[in-house]
Amino acid sequence: MAEAQNIPVGSTTAGQIAVAAESTVATRMSAPPSFDVADFPVPHGREEEWRFTPLERLRGLHDGTAVASGTGVKVDIQAPEGVTVEAVGRDDARIGKAGTPVDRVAAQAYSAFEKAGVVTVPKETVLTEPIRIAVHGEGGVAFGHQVVELGAFAEAVVVIDHTGDAVLAANVDYILGDGAKLTVVSVQDWDDKAVHVAQHNALIGRDASFKSVVVTFGGDVVRLHPRVSYAGTGGEAELFGLYFTDAGQHQEHRLLVDHNTPHCKSNVAYKGALQGDDAHAVWIGDVLIEAKAEGTDTYEMNRNLVLTDGARVDSVPNLEIETGEIVGAGHASATGRFDDEQLFYLMARGIPADEARRLVVRGFFAELVQQIGVADIEERLLVRIDEELEATV
Amino acid sequence: MATLEIRDLHVTVEADNATKEILKGVDLTVKQGETHAIMGPNGSGKSTLAYSLAGHPKYTITGGSVTLDGEDVLEMSVDERARAGLFLAMQYPVEVPGVSVSNFLRTSATAIRGEAPKLRTWVKEVKETMERLSMDPSFAERNVNEGFSGGEKKRHEILQLELLKPKIAILDETDSGLDVDALRVVSEGVNRVRETGEVGTLLITHYTRILRYIKPDHVHVFANGRIAESGGAELADQLEAEGYDKYVKGGASA
Repeated sequence: MAEAQNIPVGSTTAGQIAVAAESTVATRMSAPPSFDVADFPVPHGREEEWRFTPLERLRGLHDGTAVASGTGVKVDIQAPEGVTVEAVGRDDARIGKAGTPVDRVAAQAYSAFEKAGVVTVPKETVLTEPIRIAVHGEGGVAFGHQVVELGAFAEAVVVIDHTGDAVLAANVDYILGDGAKLTVVSVQDWDDKAVHVAQHNALIGRDASFKSVVVTFGGDVVRLHPRVSYAGTGGEAELFGLYFTDAGQHQEHRLLVDHNTPHCKSNVAYKGALQGDDAHAVWIGDVLIEAKAEGTDTYEMNRNLVLTDGARVDSVPNLEIETGEIVGAGHASATGRFDDEQLFYLMARGIPADEARRLVVRGFFAELVQQIGVADIEERLLVRIDEELEATV
Repeated sequence: MATLEIRDLHVTVEADNATKEILKGVDLTVKQGETHAIMGPNGSGKSTLAYSLAGHPKYTITGGSVTLDGEDVLEMSVDERARAGLFLAMQYPVEVPGVSVSNFLRTSATAIRGEAPKLRTWVKEVKETMERLSMDPSFAERNVNEGFSGGEKKRHEILQLELLKPKIAILDETDSGLDVDALRVVSEGVNRVRETGEVGTLLITHYTRILRYIKPDHVHVFANGRIAESGGAELADQLEAEGYDKYVKGGASA
């Protein structure tokens, strides 16, 4: 680790940008990963991994005062034939295989969940219909654990919808066998008061490919931690995300791609739009290329569009490279403002102000949606984006 | 017949914590079918007139009136002015990342016409208009003004002029930065719109060069925030020969 090189990259300053000047992936966390909540001190808010998060709005998820209630969330799983759906205890070997909790809330979720859901797609099974997981908040506190496992050369699309009101802490594990292909769309369309903190762990098998699409619209506080590591060479990860952060909302996406295996690829692209007072979006993009990960090819990108005054973005891309024997590594972060001149130009062509804003945001998101490469998902997402924009802009 | 009437228009702008009066009593009437050239030296207020008519928030109207067919333009928002029939071709068109030209044009046409144009005829209309302006079809898929050359930006402005068919078109230094070929293509576009007889044109320019392609009915010399002299096309010839010197002596603009 002594050879570690840290290259923080700045970005435009139209929005408010914080760029990590010193921190590295390795030193970012205040405690080592653990399944036991007792291994993590209660955060006070100045730790690197918590400094952007409004702890007082986590409703006790971080300090042990949040206790699961009977009316937490209702989970409904619809799976095509051939898929196994189980509820298991934490002694099941598949639980925690893809990754270990890295902060106190994830460890709390692990320590507190009752039964974990496990969805298994057998090897060489290619699904033509998506697996649908509906997570509906019923107003209480809940701790969850979900595993999605694909056997070798299996192919599946999983759509996870989060709706309603809840205080939810969860871990979600994706385990991809060799040559498997998994696309996951996770939509956070919560009601205004919901609090959702989750760690997503993807373990990508040899020559497997993982595509994640994270869409965050709702909630009071949403803090997601998608993490990727590789179990064999030739793995590919594409992590797409889009968020629309409205007045008063805190939406935080913290990504880590751990290139721990040679000849793997990753591509991260997140885009966010913000409007209104105290809308706060945080994007942390950590990529670690370990010394043994020769032949790595990685790129990460974050773009933000600030529509009004009073919104704040913190975007921190961070690339740590421990070997020079790579194909490519890059990152970019930029925050732009929808400015008065753009608004004037569109209005001068007869387009009303609201419609002009919607047009710009729709176009901004569409550029990302078109990269997803799954026509059905692209179409649905564009419809969802339109609905969101009609309702809020 | 559509008529734009500007009466004693006074406009100020905030700069360096001071209020500066730019327009100092402009009187002008532009009727459908007419072409007026407004010529003047840099800093005379020509562009301020254009942007004030379109409703740019940077400019404050402190006196006078602007009406279009009797309707108070100054009371209208920027988009209402456009829908009422005013069009401003901008000197520096703005980049709008993420919005494709085709999406932009259709959204704009829908707003101006009050209903979405029928897709089949619309696609044909856009395609043919682009061909006449020597614009590559791939243009439609690019983002609005993003990475456009100076000439491409101006063609794109005139494309909008042709498609949106305003009652009054204000062309703010559309000729600036164009080579002769581009100037000809752009001028032909403007002339196609003029030949319909349904648009009143306010052509704002620093140079007489464009007037060889677009023949004005009236020429106005703009100096120190107002119209200093008006005449026919011959006034342009006089400016070509003599320059603006006699209008700026003792004026605010050097």
